[in-house]
Amino acid sequence: MEPFKLIHPNDQHTAIASSGGANVKFIAGGTNLVDLMKLDIEKPAQLVDINSLKLQTIETLSNGNVRIGALVKNSDLAYHPVIMKNYPVLSEALLSGASPQIRNMATVGGNLLQRTRCPYFYDTSFPCNKRVPGSGCSAINGYNRMNAILGTSSQCIATHPSDMCVAMAALGAIVHVEGLRGKREIPFHEFHLLPGQTPQYETTLKHGELITAVEIPAIPYAAKSHYLKVRDRHSYEFALASAAVILNVVNGRIQTARVALGGVGTRPWRAVLAEKVLTGALANEQTYRTAAEAALSEAKPHKDNAFKIELAKRTLVRALKTVGGMS
Amino acid sequence: MNDILGKPIDRVDGKLKVSGGATYSAEYFPKNMVYGVLVLSTISKGRIRNIDTNQAERVKGVVGIMTYKNSMSLHFPQGTDPGSGKYAEKDLLPLQNDRIYYDGQVIAAVMAETFEKAEYAAKLVKVDYETESPIFDLKTNISKSYKPSSGGSQLQLKRGDADAALQSADVKMEQTYTTPVYHHNAMEPHASVAEWNGDQLMVYDATQAVSGVKSLLVSMLGLLPEKVKVVSLFIGGGFGSKGFTWPNPIVTVMAAKMVKRPVKLVLSRQQMFTTAGRRSETIQKIALASNSSGKLTAIKHDTISESSFVDEFVETAGLATSMLYSCPNVEISHSLVRLNKVTPCPTRAPGEAPGTYAIEAAMDELAYQLKMDPIQLRLVNYAEMDEQRQKKFSSKNLKECYQRGADAIGWSQRSPEPKSMREGNYLVGYGMATATYLANRVASAAKATLYADGHAEILSATQDIGTGTYTIMTQIAAEALGLPVDRVTVKLGDSDYPRAANSGGSQVTASVGPPIRAAALGVIAKLISLAVSDTASPLHGHKEEDIIADNGRIYVKNHTDRGESYTELLNRKGLQKLEAQAKTNVSTRDPQGANPAPTGGVDAAAEEESKTNPAVQEDQNVDRKLYSFHSFGAQFVKVLVDPDLGTVKVDKAVAVMDVGKILNLKTAKSQIMGGMIFGIGMALLEGTAYDPNNGRVVTRDLAQYLVPVNADMPQFDIQFIDKPDPYISPIGAKGIGEIGITGMTAAVVNAIYHATGKRVRDLPVTLDKLI
Repeated sequence: MEPFKLIHPNDQHTAIASSGGANVKFIAGGTNLVDLMKLDIEKPAQLVDINSLKLQTIETLSNGNVRIGALVKNSDLAYHPVIMKNYPVLSEALLSGASPQIRNMATVGGNLLQRTRCPYFYDTSFPCNKRVPGSGCSAINGYNRMNAILGTSSQCIATHPSDMCVAMAALGAIVHVEGLRGKREIPFHEFHLLPGQTPQYETTLKHGELITAVEIPAIPYAAKSHYLKVRDRHSYEFALASAAVILNVVNGRIQTARVALGGVGTRPWRAVLAEKVLTGALANEQTYRTAAEAALSEAKPHKDNAFKIELAKRTLVRALKTVGGMS
Repeated sequence: MNDILGKPIDRVDGKLKVSGGATYSAEYFPKNMVYGVLVLSTISKGRIRNIDTNQAERVKGVVGIMTYKNSMSLHFPQGTDPGSGKYAEKDLLPLQNDRIYYDGQVIAAVMAETFEKAEYAAKLVKVDYETESPIFDLKTNISKSYKPSSGGSQLQLKRGDADAALQSADVKMEQTYTTPVYHHNAMEPHASVAEWNGDQLMVYDATQAVSGVKSLLVSMLGLLPEKVKVVSLFIGGGFGSKGFTWPNPIVTVMAAKMVKRPVKLVLSRQQMFTTAGRRSETIQKIALASNSSGKLTAIKHDTISESSFVDEFVETAGLATSMLYSCPNVEISHSLVRLNKVTPCPTRAPGEAPGTYAIEAAMDELAYQLKMDPIQLRLVNYAEMDEQRQKKFSSKNLKECYQRGADAIGWSQRSPEPKSMREGNYLVGYGMATATYLANRVASAAKATLYADGHAEILSATQDIGTGTYTIMTQIAAEALGLPVDRVTVKLGDSDYPRAANSGGSQVTASVGPPIRAAALGVIAKLISLAVSDTASPLHGHKEEDIIADNGRIYVKNHTDRGESYTELLNRKGLQKLEAQAKTNVSTRDPQGANPAPTGGVDAAAEEESKTNPAVQEDQNVDRKLYSFHSFGAQFVKVLVDPDLGTVKVDKAVAVMDVGKILNLKTAKSQIMGGMIFGIGMALLEGTAYDPNNGRVVTRDLAQYLVPVNADMPQFDIQFIDKPDPYISPIGAKGIGEIGITGMTAAVVNAIYHATGKRVRDLPVTLDKLI
């Protein structure tokens, strides 16, 4: 770990004002950042501890949306009565991730910024374009069983690891941020970037901007939703494939579909092509299978992860069946 | 106290462990200590052209950097006997020259005032390599295989003519089974603390062999044995990786000498994947032939595994196959391919774990081919004796294991056809396999001291690697001493104590229990002898053989009131303590074996005293060459498989083990359960991934190298036959450290086949192989 300076501002304004310098990072739960610092992947010169900021509340707004403070712990969010009742997909996604100890530390804001678990990103003695731009991608021709099949580029095939973000993508959440130049709201699908030629840039967050909250729209039918995660072991493991599904089925016909995939994309993967197939279609196995085919139609496998294409399809079909039933 | 053995008493060190009071090797802080951090190679083959430590040296707090350029010279260790200390890589002593043989080789050590500074500076050491092309893939380099020299003829076994029998067989089954590289992943990393005091050396080291580490330090650094002490009081798991000695304690001692201060050096989890051994990948070709009623007529088991360029280690996967079933024509071979990877070493049930997986999966395949119940196939081929060595088994109750195991899992409900059983959305499968491991015993010694206050102390230089050795040895000693367990303290893990077995090969219970018992009985004999010759004793004039010791008292048999307490007698005689030592020179190991019994380092006093100790004499009088010593068991598994997603859940796991007398039912169950969890890991999860382009380890942490977690656990049912082995020792107990894994992997894989009809022969059976 490189030596660094740690400051503890008590209010949001000071925190944001302290973050302008080069190589400054905010730290909340630290469940990912500290690990990355220990491995010399992240080398901030200064950390701004934001745990004293008043960003720990979950509130239902007058328009029915739910606003989640950036410092809300993953476990608190997962077990919040409103989330459990109205957004089970989000609660299930959170509880399928990490371990109780980590969920008790990890925050919502931090989860949005979770970095990939690609083994080559984690070992500084290997080339990695995300870690050292221009050094090359070791995964493309290397060991890539866990890597992505959607949204990859010639520079990077790293999987986005978050479960929570997959549910957030399906829900169409809005990320609230504040920087020295004021406040912004970022639609979820605009928050994470595809790797393209610049895999080192992972979000549209600007330097010095602080995530203050995530807002989830009121979706009455989201009370019928589900997150299914498939992995090698039954707990404490990243997804090989996962699916977040929210369906509004009326009289056996799907009125609205919100679908996102995890474990397969370079970012939390909103499956727009699947949603198109599902919208207006009968809620039955054939529809689900067609939707799954559409969702993975652009998938590009590598040496060790071709199985993820079929696995992701089956995962999505199973999740769709669970939520939409069979008419 | 003849009711202590077998009792499921709590671990005697349990409270210390859960309260943080147990001091592990990394938890010593000698005054003025500095922290050492290793720098490892990041290429697999070549040499160091230049190593630049300038930037690292400038980090404030750095007190020294050791590379091959400034390190002290080491001597090659004497002998390769694990009992006297096996240095893991005999041709690669640490920091002696510029050659690189594998990824993760130790190339420097940085010492600093704090761990953080040492770690930071270590990253600043710049290495310029001259890279050569490494050989790192076993499967594509089979043409380079050779028959190993170590282990001699035992590795290539033959009886009858297997090829001819295969040619003319009614039924044949030939398949290749492969297992990946495994890493031990003990909870506690390798850790050492070294302190020099003039020419006296004190080392705390996480090791399965304190005497072994001491011998190596003596021979590699040219020290006097009486000046070196190695201590390992508590160990957070070894699984074989701490059985051989890796560079870390040697480098720690060298570093402490160099910086003239105590040094602590702990491997990181990432470093554990390259620098502290592993299990070799195996490619096992098995051919079985039988007549139409399932009687085996031929078995061939050919294993190819890896070795390195700096030592030779054989994963003896075929050895158990040589005695597991009755069969006239058997051929076993072992071949090696040298690769540019760290040398493999013993890993939880070395040989047997991958070997029984392959032979027991093959037996399952043969059973299906014959449309025969897998248990029935094993009964038809039941080995009444070790046909390879032409010896009787010292004890074997395997038929009872099969029967009880089948009852416990509900085998009778199993419909034989694959993919024929369902529970809800899941496919259901039942599988079983035979478990076996060597019942090893080697020479060991112990000392017993009875104090006038009525408590006793046992000293023996074996170790408790977390399995419960302290507890069962306390039970053995308490029983022999006639004392309650809370009056007996067993001290282990100190090279100053009488020399005893290293904690490997499931041998500690069988090896160290008998000398502890004999030493304890020796003390009681001395006590009785004192009493009968003491006119002030109520036992004066009685025959020694008529006197028994129980609950802190000696008294005349059947006359509880005619006697006195140990404390009364010792106090009256003005004795503060009474001591006895015992050494049992016993080995059940095949003299031709790859792992001979420890020799040398004999405790002369213990040996001398043992000549007149009846317990030792009785023990040593058994002619163990007449018997083949093994443990056996049967393991059964029920799995649930999701037919769409390929996920496997082990629902229930049963083990019925025939491992001699059980000394503590609670720790015994825990040990077998641990082995079974390893088996689940081997079957479903574990395997180290290497980069296909440069052969370097890719999965270097516990997020990427998967071991089973609580959510993967089945319901366990663990039972024991609990019949003493009459020949292994007067106690009759065999070691149980490794047998738990041996049948488990095959049982899971066989159950998956029964559930799905899919036979996966390349471990682990991950879901991608089932969808």
